[in-house]
Amino acid sequence: MIPVEFYVVLSTLLFFIGVYGFIARKNLIGMLMAIELVLNAVNINFVAFNRYLFPGQLEGYLYSLFVIVVAAAETAVAIAIIINVYRKMGNETVDSIKELKN
Amino acid sequence: MMEYLTANNIIFALLSAVILICALLSVTTNKLLRAAIYLFFALIGIAGLYLQLSYEFLAAVELSVYAGGIVILFVFAIFLVHRIGENSEEVSLSKKAIAGLAAAAGVALCLSTLFMYEYTTFHLTPEAQMNAETFTQTINMDMIGKALLGTGKHQYLLPFEATGILLLACIIGSLVIAKKEKEDNK
Repeated sequence: MIPVEFYVVLSTLLFFIGVYGFIARKNLIGMLMAIELVLNAVNINFVAFNRYLFPGQLEGYLYSLFVIVVAAAETAVAIAIIINVYRKMGNETVDSIKELKN
Repeated sequence: MMEYLTANNIIFALLSAVILICALLSVTTNKLLRAAIYLFFALIGIAGLYLQLSYEFLAAVELSVYAGGIVILFVFAIFLVHRIGENSEEVSLSKKAIAGLAAAAGVALCLSTLFMYEYTTFHLTPEAQMNAETFTQTINMDMIGKALLGTGKHQYLLPFEATGILLLACIIGSLVIAKKEKEDNK
């Protein structure tokens, strides 16, 4: 069986790739994709620890299930907001959002 | 060296290579549509990881919700918002350097903590190791359904219902955002 440390290293690298994307991108959709990578890194940790420590129980499993649901909801609302921003400002980079209310 | 070349380890190495390379390409590419496709492949790799841990239902959820739903949503949003074929943005080199530095510092901090900390419970006892290795009972839908809809210990009815309310709020919120914009245009 693969040592659990490998999963932790993989998810650490994935998490910080997501962090890099979140800082380096200006595009709102690109930033949202980076957030998805971060959430997936956390899910890998939950699932791996659940499988290795308590294989008969479902705590980490259900937690990552709920994380997936919340991520889907968050993405839907965020994309609605991004499309709204695009209609108002004409492009979808972070710099274009200078005001919250006209 | 040879004892590491089991099928399990090779599959894990391949999957993690696919995940990391696709994730890295997804955050560094200039074309937004390509970033979405790379994200798609990274998510498929993660579903494969869940499959390797014999969590079939979670792999199916990952594929259908993330790879099937969220990535398609991203692609639609890119089609609506973005001018295809145009490079997404010019990010200055200094910003990229700052981001890379922050990420590298985070990786170094986390990995050094991971490998230098004296764990008391992290390394499994031999019995727990055996238990994890010989555990063959698959997680079937019966267990998941009972855990989601029960009110006892280790059962999660309340988060399940809260998720339902969250999804309802999400639908209404998206509709309100879209509707308000239409009235403004008139």
